[in-house]
Amino acid sequence: MLRIDIEACIGCGVCEDTCTFGAIKVEDGHAVVGDGCTLCGSCVDVCEVDALVIEREESVFKTKIDEWAGVWVYAEYRHGRIAPVAIELLGVGRKLADQRQAPLSAVLIGSKLDGQGEELVAYGADKVYVVDDPALASFTDDSYGNVLTDLAQEHKPEIILAGATAIGRSFIPRVATSLAAGLTADCTNLEIREEDGALLQTRPAFGGNIMATIVCPHTRPQMATVRPLVMKPLVRDDARRGEIVLVTPEPSRLVSRVKVLESVIEDLDQVNLTEADIVVAGGRGLENEKGFAMIKELADVLGGAVAASRAAVDSGWVPYPHQVGQTGKTVAPKIYIACGISGAIQHLVGMQSADTIIAINRDADAPIFDVATYGIVGDVFEVVPKLIEKFKQRTNR
Amino acid sequence: MKIIVCVKQVPDAKDVRLDPKTNTLAREGVQSIMNPYDRHALEEAVRIKEQFGGTVTVLSMGPPQAEATLRDAVACGADDAVLVSDRAFAGSDTWATTYTLSQAIKNIGGADLILCGKQAIDGDTAQVGPGLAERMGIPFVAYVRKVNDCAGGSIKAERLMDDGYDAVEVALPALFTVVKEINEPRVPSLKGKMRAKKLEINTLNAVDIEADLDQLGLKGSPTQVVRVFSPELRGERSMLNGSADEQVAQLFDKLEPLL
Ligand SMILES: Cc1cc2nc3c(=O)[nH]c(=O)nc-3n(C[C@H](O)[C@H](O)[C@H](O)COP(=O)(O)OP(=O)(O)OC[C@H]3O[C@@H](n4cnc5c(N)ncnc54)[C@H](O)[C@@H]3O)c2cc1C
Ligand SMILES: Nc1ncnc2c1ncn2[C@@H]1O[C@H](COP(=O)(O)O)[C@@H](O)[C@H]1O
Repeated sequence: MLRIDIEACIGCGVCEDTCTFGAIKVEDGHAVVGDGCTLCGSCVDVCEVDALVIEREESVFKTKIDEWAGVWVYAEYRHGRIAPVAIELLGVGRKLADQRQAPLSAVLIGSKLDGQGEELVAYGADKVYVVDDPALASFTDDSYGNVLTDLAQEHKPEIILAGATAIGRSFIPRVATSLAAGLTADCTNLEIREEDGALLQTRPAFGGNIMATIVCPHTRPQMATVRPLVMKPLVRDDARRGEIVLVTPEPSRLVSRVKVLESVIEDLDQVNLTEADIVVAGGRGLENEKGFAMIKELADVLGGAVAASRAAVDSGWVPYPHQVGQTGKTVAPKIYIACGISGAIQHLVGMQSADTIIAINRDADAPIFDVATYGIVGDVFEVVPKLIEKFKQRTNR
Repeated sequence: MKIIVCVKQVPDAKDVRLDPKTNTLAREGVQSIMNPYDRHALEEAVRIKEQFGGTVTVLSMGPPQAEATLRDAVACGADDAVLVSDRAFAGSDTWATTYTLSQAIKNIGGADLILCGKQAIDGDTAQVGPGLAERMGIPFVAYVRKVNDCAGGSIKAERLMDDGYDAVEVALPALFTVVKEINEPRVPSLKGKMRAKKLEINTLNAVDIEADLDQLGLKGSPTQVVRVFSPELRGERSMLNGSADEQVAQLFDKLEPLL
């Protein structure tokens, strides 16, 4: 807990001003801590008279952390394909493993997985645990969770990474709970801390308004789910060699209390959106469905996909799978054209890693211009038709 | 059917922002609300109860102020409310939170169905639902967008996946997290509001739920926050100039080589 030395405290209020969570108040000449305290420690750092200390009681977690080594990536596999995020995770996983001078392994769970392990080796894995069983054909939390938990308990990896996808965010918390391991959700950055080799996990919170860096000092494995499209995959190298380890779990561990009756692939559009090189996005500035027809036309001329802000989705002009941002998709195309989007932080977190960002907005002060490679202050209904015309002429040439 | 809905009181996220100069949270006018996804979980519980019978209990772990959120939930159709509140819970991460909630649920006699929101909009972790299911040793389904049938000790539901949806059947007891597509929450009725005002809220502390004090709060949390900061934006901001035609021409020249 945060302890305040009333003798030492001079009531200057610097801690009160610094506290991100408004949990410290100066009362009767000294600082008083309230319920909002998250023990983040920023007040301790700024106190000039050293009146604040965070007392960490002896941790109850007594994992022998030296026994755990190696970096693991859960390689999500569904409907006959490895999720692109798994390949991205092998990229960052390789870097972390090299820094820790430890091997990088992938864990592949599913059915009919012939040849998929080799694929993961080509993208950076030293070793691939393949758990191939008809009982694992459909994803269920219990069976996938049991398999990964058992493997981790047996081989003791230091770090486990998984995609922050529907599947990853569904069963990885169960695995972390049964391993009594810390888990950081939806990370956007991962680094190794020099002093002690701990994994620094950075993630957005409060709808993207705040970033937090998290460590798990006493427990292993250190687990994180990672947003798709923020990490860079390695270049495929078929000459890379690795070991494929076939794993046969206890049949009882493959029994699930959840039965998947049917698995339906619904919107191919959204697959197109996250993988498109060019994305044309519209926001509330488009005013109605007709505005979106214009966006669609520009996307078609450029051979790109259509995206939207939440305001546009909530207005019913485009379906939810097109939403980009904190509560929608993350995209990282070569070109992102934002039309009539103000650039709320929740939207920016979903698209700011695009190579080139173009913003068209009639308000010169719109925050979207802060991330724009090229900004045009103007009316979308004037600018976009002109752009469509220009690119049409190019295609016709 | 006994249903427990886990609800969390959260700051209204769109108001929460770090002041770029002082790195503090601009808190003026920040309201506390029921986590929006939990409202959908509550609505679904009330609909299941209306259709198949049973009771709906709302459960929240949080400071004493969280009582307001529980009363709001009762006004929207919950039968009773439980608040687990203790200074010992401060600094809990999702691991410690699921421990506390599971102890509370055991203390109040368990449930056939536990519903949570997909995620809380403050932490955005989406880890409490699945973690709690593991603690309780019951099956779990995430991102439920439709509950189809709940007769005879099992439930049929649809869960949203990244590429579509899965229809599933689950044996009870079970825990679901729900997405906002599942329903349109009702507004509180006048009668509900009256009831909410008067209802005695069952408040439990760490001792009441027979918690192992070592597993609570910061001490019981494997994760530690070491730094909080504002997101960095890529400050490029290069504006094109001239008439609309000129700007479009410039943009075309920049984009063409990239295509
Ligand atoms: C927890 C949480 C999660 C969220 N998640 C997301 C998310 O995933 N994705 C997301 O996008 N948002 C999300 N939001 C919402 C976000 O905060 C914004 O409300 C939203 O992004 C605004 O959309 P917009 O830019 O289209 O609309 P507005 O903010 O209304 O902006 C419209 C813009 O269009 C401009 N404009 C109007 N007419 C014209 C014209 N004729 N020509 C040119 N410009 C014009 C205006 O100047 C304005 O800048 C979330 C919010 C919360 C609280
Ligand atoms: N303190 C809490 N009290 C009750 N329910 C909670 C609490 N924290 C989280 N939950 C539930 O767990 C869900 C997911 O929360 P989170 O994992 O924090 O994103 C929420 O939508 C709530 O249903």
